Amino acid sequence: MSYGNLFLYLFMLSAFVSVAAMLFTRTIFFAALSLIVCLLSISGIFALLNAEFLAITQIVIYAGGVLVLILFGIMLTNKISGKPLLMEAHHSIPGMIISIVLFLLLVDAYQKTSFTATESIQLQSNHINHIGTNLMSTYVAPFEVAGLLLLVSLIGAALMASLTKKNNNA
Amino acid sequence: MFATLFFFLPFLVVYTILVVYAERKISAFMQDRLGPMEVGYYGILQTIADLLKLLQKEDIIPTSASKKLFQLAPVLIFVPIFIGFSMLPLSPSWSAPSLSSALYFIFAIMAFDVIGIVIAGWASNNKYSMLGTVRSAAQIISYEIPLTLSVLCACVLTQTLELQEISFQQGTMVNMIQGQSNYLLGIKQLNIDVTLNGGFLTWNVFRMPVLIFAWIIFFIASLAESNRAPFDLPEAESELVAGFQTEYGGFRWAIIMLAEYAMMLLVSFIGVILFWGSWNTPFPNIGSIRLADWTTGSLDTWSVHAWGIFWLVSKTLFMVCLQIWVRWTYPRIRLDQLTSLSWKYLTPASLILIIICALWKLLL
Repeated sequence: MSYGNLFLYLFMLSAFVSVAAMLFTRTIFFAALSLIVCLLSISGIFALLNAEFLAITQIVIYAGGVLVLILFGIMLTNKISGKPLLMEAHHSIPGMIISIVLFLLLVDAYQKTSFTATESIQLQSNHINHIGTNLMSTYVAPFEVAGLLLLVSLIGAALMASLTKKNNNA
Repeated sequence: MFATLFFFLPFLVVYTILVVYAERKISAFMQDRLGPMEVGYYGILQTIADLLKLLQKEDIIPTSASKKLFQLAPVLIFVPIFIGFSMLPLSPSWSAPSLSSALYFIFAIMAFDVIGIVIAGWASNNKYSMLGTVRSAAQIISYEIPLTLSVLCACVLTQTLELQEISFQQGTMVNMIQGQSNYLLGIKQLNIDVTLNGGFLTWNVFRMPVLIFAWIIFFIASLAESNRAPFDLPEAESELVAGFQTEYGGFRWAIIMLAEYAMMLLVSFIGVILFWGSWNTPFPNIGSIRLADWTTGSLDTWSVHAWGIFWLVSKTLFMVCLQIWVRWTYPRIRLDQLTSLSWKYLTPASLILIIICALWKLLL
């Protein structure tokens, strides 16, 4: 077993352990922290599989962006209201049904995917250029649609924030 | 790995000791005082004395703090910044691991830094820490946008994210390594080839003069990113005791301070590499006076390392001095001024700059 494989299994293990910790801890802050560990492990797996751009994007968007916002939200509600935020189990039967359906879907998708090695882009120093060129040529429609969606949500968020302010003043 | 452990780690420690001393002396001179004078000649050993004092202190963990996270947080603040150093090139023949998205990686790591601060503030279980953390997170997230956009302006010109390649483009060696040419101010129509003149004429700010505005935005945003005055609201000592680090003392506090100074150094390094010519000499070749060649050294000898590291480090330390100068010149800004500066002025300005840079690159 090579060192690369060893690290791959270590990252998988830590992703699994951190997800389990996230599900079973009661304090929501610890749950968010274990989610960060999980996302970092996944980005480590990406990096070992030669998808360095994907690995870094994972850190930028999820670990550095989304999770910081989540932590920020938890802190604002938790410490300032004075009550600790704990996780409780509600709706156990619908939740169980949804998770079983989701699991079956994932198993189905897993079986339908062929995991034979795809023709990978050779390890060249400028593979970030390939990603850029492809985003702006082959995949330009989804790229622009995603950009539009983000812009709409940005404007919506700004509008909602300004609306509450006016209501408070009135 | 080699450069990081054997160059940057010792360098960081020596640098921090010297810069803390420099900061005290510069602030003292600016306020018409003498600064530290007692320990050693002219007070030069003051920081070492302080460091010894910090090492001896008791490791205090507040009873109501969450212990593990409280202990872990300073490490989580320092380590991401230190990893950032591993991507920096030092001289023409001493480069970092070749990663095609090195710059992107550094910014990812810098974004991760805020998680350490959030954990420190949360684990301290203290209202001042909490307020400092909330301010710090808001500040770092919002200033990352103008910071990244201003870096993109430089990337429009360099067309690569690899720092060593960006460095080569800004000197006399670009022709030798990549077969490219540099023109005066980046305008091909003037038809003045300055590739072999080198010096400051081929630095990125001279290859595309618009970049000087991008650098100003980068500099302002990097001050906010490293929590330095005038953006030191997270640790505003007159209102928040010391912000997110209120409960920390002794060695753990020293690590947090080390992280702050390391962040100053890292953003200065990136600024120098992207805008001010990286490890290239500032002196151009003029006719038979080969100033650039004399101050670059020849490849594959020790002289190229010595000159490269000398220029890179001295330019970077100059930037750090600028940061200190700014800190002791401007008063701290308010939270609403902080956010409006980022969102209403810096972000639109950097977006416009990107468009100008792209047009400059396409048309000239």
